[in-house]
Amino acid sequence: MSSLRLTLKSRPAQALDLSPLVPERLAGLSKPEIGALEIATGNRRVRVDQLFSVAGDPGLALEIRDGCDQLQGVGAGMTQGAIVVRGDVGAYLGAGMTGGTIAVHGNAGAFAASGMREGEVRITGNAGDFLGAARPGDHQGMRGGVVLVSGSAGDRAGDRMRRGALLIEGNAGDYCASRMVAGTLAVWGGVGRFPGLAMRRGTLLLQRSPAALPPTFNESGTFPFTFLALLARAWRNLPGPFGKLPESGLQYRRFMGDLANDGRGEILIRV
Amino acid sequence: MILNGVTIDDEFAEAFGMKATRVLITAHTLEWAHRAAASATGFATSVIACGCEAGIERELTPKETQDGRPGVAILLFAMSGKELARQIERRVGQCVLTSPTSAAFAGITDGEAVPLGKNLRFFGDGFQSSKLIAGRRYWRVPVMDGEFLVEETTGVIPAVGGGNFLVLAESQPQALAACEAAITAMRKVPNVIMPFPGGVVRSGSKVGSKYKALQASTNDAFCPTIRAVTASQLSAEIGSVMEIVIDGLTAPDISAAMRAGIQAVVKLGAAKGIRRVSAGNYGGKLGKFHFRLREIMAS
Repeated sequence: MSSLRLTLKSRPAQALDLSPLVPERLAGLSKPEIGALEIATGNRRVRVDQLFSVAGDPGLALEIRDGCDQLQGVGAGMTQGAIVVRGDVGAYLGAGMTGGTIAVHGNAGAFAASGMREGEVRITGNAGDFLGAARPGDHQGMRGGVVLVSGSAGDRAGDRMRRGALLIEGNAGDYCASRMVAGTLAVWGGVGRFPGLAMRRGTLLLQRSPAALPPTFNESGTFPFTFLALLARAWRNLPGPFGKLPESGLQYRRFMGDLANDGRGEILIRV
Repeated sequence: MILNGVTIDDEFAEAFGMKATRVLITAHTLEWAHRAAASATGFATSVIACGCEAGIERELTPKETQDGRPGVAILLFAMSGKELARQIERRVGQCVLTSPTSAAFAGITDGEAVPLGKNLRFFGDGFQSSKLIAGRRYWRVPVMDGEFLVEETTGVIPAVGGGNFLVLAESQPQALAACEAAITAMRKVPNVIMPFPGGVVRSGSKVGSKYKALQASTNDAFCPTIRAVTASQLSAEIGSVMEIVIDGLTAPDISAAMRAGIQAVVKLGAAKGIRRVSAGNYGGKLGKFHFRLREIMAS
């Protein structure tokens, strides 16, 4: 597929709001028109071609080269198409997106996939705090889609998450799945302190036993859950360990909680 | 048309539009999936009194099922989507949910979505939970052996019910052997079921009765023991008649099943006491699907 290439000329001094540069908006524009678009940085608006060199063919595929942590809101609100970022991105990657795919070959900042409803986000590096979490003022975090982080995630991953699958191949920080409402958050590495704190429903799927669980989680025993076979099959095309998760033969200890907040969530720990 | 000494009557089977769905039942072993499926499709020979017609379509390998376990596909047919929805819920609720290690999934995702586990989930008494996986919602209902996993809905599509053919033989054992051979061949055809016991029905019916309360009564024209007093369609050498009824997702599915079954019957031939193959109809005025025997066997 031909793609439009935006190559960052130099690292901006202030954060850029790239949320207007979503594929479906750029697809109908010519390169000069795209270059003339204005994006916000600090209290100013700057033309795209002042910050990026514009090349390639406009369409539903967008490639951003030489990314950095000042690029905020990449793919935020996108509905279709594909974005590939070579380099890092800042906060709000894919926030509120309702379709399409984003692949970041680097690290992502805070609140990646916040409010995401559909689509797929892959981050080959690390993700910041509040991955898939609710932004301040929002009632719900991620509400659908699949997010795969090949590295580690910061604190509060999946905070107030409502639906979808959030997969972290590395480690997750403190308060992982805090206040989770529903959905599936899976961590292949370790998790920090207080996983699942105040979670109402949903699944925190762990491949390693955490150092400690909050005291408001009770163990129900060890079981071979049938629904995990469906998850494993749904993830089969993903790269990395989640794509190789066996469909059968696995046993998980089930801890139910947070009993201080309805207690219908679960932390499943592979044995 | 005479094939291997067997006369193929110039008749047609008259079939009706129905609604159908497929449910995939899995379990820890194929044997337990069969038990759940047999129970769920029990007492489902005819819509006249059973509410629906149902049967086992085929076995499923672990690679074909959503949870990677062995399973069985069942098909259910009813005269309306509403009645079918009622039957699905009752049968899955009483026969699959109750069966150890079982799970139930939609085998058809097209058409109108009707509840599969959508209401059965309330058996969980508030401890049930759902998972949305690859765009499809599943319910995890806690039960005493673990969890009953069931998909929220299954798809209901238009289908065809009442395809049939009659096997006319010299004796009862010969008619039965021919029907058994036919059923063995027809079970290899996808998208169809033969809802009667063992796939065979010996009590073919006609519309109406001398008794006002009855809508249907014995097909006296094909009953050998009363041929002396009825307008019989049986010649003297016919000693037994059995029928195979077929429900299918499409008309071509039924045609394929009828062809496979009749070929198996014909293969036994006159040497094994098979004299004729005929079909049941109501003069062509009731059902919109007509399956002409000679056209099917000539194609």
